[in-house]
Amino acid sequence: MAVEIDPIHQFQIFNIVDLGAPGGVHLGFTNSAAFMFGIVAVIFFFLTYATRGRTLVPGRLQSLAELSYEFVASTVRTTAGNEGMKFFPLVFSLFMFVLVANFVGMIPYSFTVTSHIVVTAALALVVIGTVIIYGFVRHGTHFLHLFVPSGVPAFLLPFMVVIELISFLSRPISLSLRLFANMLAGHIAMKVFAGFIVMMTAGGFAGFLGAVLPLAMVVALTALEFLVAFLQAYVFAVLTCIYLNDALHPGH
Amino acid sequence: MSETHGPAGTFIIAQSGGAAEAPVPGTGTHSGVEIGVPPAEAHGAGFPPFDATTFPSQLIWLAIAFVGLYLLMSRIALPRIANILEERHDRIADDIEEAGKLKAESEAAAKAYEQALVGARGKATSIATSTRDKLAAEADASRKALEAELATKLASAEATIAATKTSAMANVRGIAVDAAGAIVNQLTGDAPAPQAVEAAVDKAIGS
Repeated sequence: MAVEIDPIHQFQIFNIVDLGAPGGVHLGFTNSAAFMFGIVAVIFFFLTYATRGRTLVPGRLQSLAELSYEFVASTVRTTAGNEGMKFFPLVFSLFMFVLVANFVGMIPYSFTVTSHIVVTAALALVVIGTVIIYGFVRHGTHFLHLFVPSGVPAFLLPFMVVIELISFLSRPISLSLRLFANMLAGHIAMKVFAGFIVMMTAGGFAGFLGAVLPLAMVVALTALEFLVAFLQAYVFAVLTCIYLNDALHPGH
Repeated sequence: MSETHGPAGTFIIAQSGGAAEAPVPGTGTHSGVEIGVPPAEAHGAGFPPFDATTFPSQLIWLAIAFVGLYLLMSRIALPRIANILEERHDRIADDIEEAGKLKAESEAAAKAYEQALVGARGKATSIATSTRDKLAAEADASRKALEAELATKLASAEATIAATKTSAMANVRGIAVDAAGAIVNQLTGDAPAPQAVEAAVDKAIGS
């Protein structure tokens, strides 16, 4: 029988419920949306179920919930200071959303929400939007000192301002592309190597033996992808904290 | 509508394409395995992450899901965990404080015990000293009394000895007078006058 191996197919978005096109924009409840709500549900039920006992000496699940809390809290505190704790729910939500989305994507036949640039871009824009809005509300025009490094000779200042501005504007792009590209590339690589296994086993006994190589590769890639799934969520959270720190303390 | 239906529709096209390939003779062993991106029409707008027709739906549901997540986290889940952590923190702080208090108490008790011990030792020493002094004084007194008694006894004994000696000496004179009279009577044959003998004895004793 013919086997269709398409490493891109896993990123396919299809409507579960078509909502038509109100206002000329086509809308539908997609598989991606279902996974988003699934992720939210997983996070919420995990955290509430794990802490249902509210025990003084935590059990396994409760320590996991506490660990996630304290991990993000210490990240926020070390990068943005105690003042940054007002953004803790935002950073925690971002971290957990990205983390669970990445891990859910590792389940075979599931969908990786974070492998879509529009999702990661939206999350990055939430971060940058928060930084800009909070920065101006809190510091007014003083927030613009972010782009004016102190102690720079006057003739260099225009260049520095341009450089700072470009670096600021590239933040949401790098933030969203990093996560998107990592998830996309990892999943495609896994799928391609898994495809080699299927292809080689179709080629008789020798191919069956040879398929051990791509199988080993897939095992290694799976381990790597789990690492990347955590690492990208952590990187996203840390960079969020660093950018929020700029909103809290503009000026160098 | 045809755009969003595209992906779901293509899935069927791709499958039916594969199925149509299977009956072709001779291709059974080599299977119609394909790797790579299928023809463009198979995926509608091409690469799914860049398919802009899905963006509005994704953004709307992401916004709803993420705002929901944020609210659930900030209102329910995080305060709950923070409460647990704070409770534990307070409990540990309380316990440490309690332990510190108990430690201070035990230290104070040890100090008091030490002091009591020092006091008791001092008292014992003073009692021993006073007892020794008292006993020494008593012994001294009884010795002095005994010495005094012995002294009086000695004095009386000496007096008795002196009296006895005096009386003995008086007896000696009488005996000497009698003996002298008897000796003279034996030698001369006549008894001398007692006065003369007494005078002669006195003269001899006195010399």
